[in-house]
Amino acid sequence: MSAALFIAQRLSAAVLALAVSVHLATIIYAARAGMSAADVLARTHGSFRFLALYAIFVLAVAVHAPIGLRNVLREWTTWRGRSLDIALGLFALLLLVLGLRAALAVFL
Amino acid sequence: MTAAMANEASAPLLDVEVWRGAAAGSFQTFRVPRRVNQTVLDVVSEIQRDQDPTLAYRFACRVGMCGSCAMVVNGRPRWTCRTRVALALGGAALLRLEPLRNFAVVKDLAVEMTDFFDKWRDAKGHFEPGPSPSEGFAVVPPASAQRQAADAGIECIGCGICHSACDVVAWDREYLGPAALNRAWTLLNDVRDRGNAARIAAVSAGSGCHLCHTHMSCTQFCPKGLAPTYAIAGLKRATVARALRRTR
Repeated sequence: MSAALFIAQRLSAAVLALAVSVHLATIIYAARAGMSAADVLARTHGSFRFLALYAIFVLAVAVHAPIGLRNVLREWTTWRGRSLDIALGLFALLLLVLGLRAALAVFL
Repeated sequence: MTAAMANEASAPLLDVEVWRGAAAGSFQTFRVPRRVNQTVLDVVSEIQRDQDPTLAYRFACRVGMCGSCAMVVNGRPRWTCRTRVALALGGAALLRLEPLRNFAVVKDLAVEMTDFFDKWRDAKGHFEPGPSPSEGFAVVPPASAQRQAADAGIECIGCGICHSACDVVAWDREYLGPAALNRAWTLLNDVRDRGNAARIAAVSAGSGCHLCHTHMSCTQFCPKGLAPTYAIAGLKRATVARALRRTR
């Protein structure tokens, strides 16, 4: 792992620590308040705060997870080199697309 | 029969399993007299001298200065000259001796150290004086932070115990490893050295300090009581600082 990947993983972890906390608190609040799916969607539709939070969350996941997975694969398999980096680049893209699609779905 | 011989004849025996072969091989069991204050190196030497002269192993100083007698003793990397059998056994009934982990085995208990020291070279683990010789003596106050950081890791004698203990080396054979990185850290803190740009680039590369998981096995097993984990953490900080400075 290069210094750049190391920094990216540490910084994204710091963002995730905050984003996951807000995410969990939101879930617990919604569940305890007995909110229905329609109630939740009514609050997220058009809310730029929700969109911003989840866009940042998804971005941090798309940076953090592939770097960690790359380390795991390098340590536990013999997969190395360019093909590994390309595969994990595509995995990052997949996480980003799926995540942003979900964030937009509750916003629009 | 002399008293000493009678004592020997009645001495309890110790079963010792010793690795024979290279990468492929098997354990061979020997039986040696158990003696007071016996070290593991005493056991190996007794086997080699009295029972099987073809047993290959390595030692030189016998007093914990050279680091050449390192082996894996009952699953733990140790200097055999400084390890008493009683300590190594703990509650176990027999002694099991293997060559150092994460090294190619030459024969039996002797390992090939070339790859290990190549990593010191790759981590720029040599003093770099710069293009022109220094004028006069460099004054390095013993109490300065950099001198103290270098002092903390300077006593490494390159025995390979930490390299054998490190799980990350076992997973990724290209990882520079705790010994080479510890050496790089001592030089990074040497105010006379002029090679730090290349050194930081070397330890920032894909197989460098960032692969460390901070398991601390190197620090746990270092017979000199050094803390390569601390050195590696220092290198991580230095590489991050350098990367951030470059982007500004």
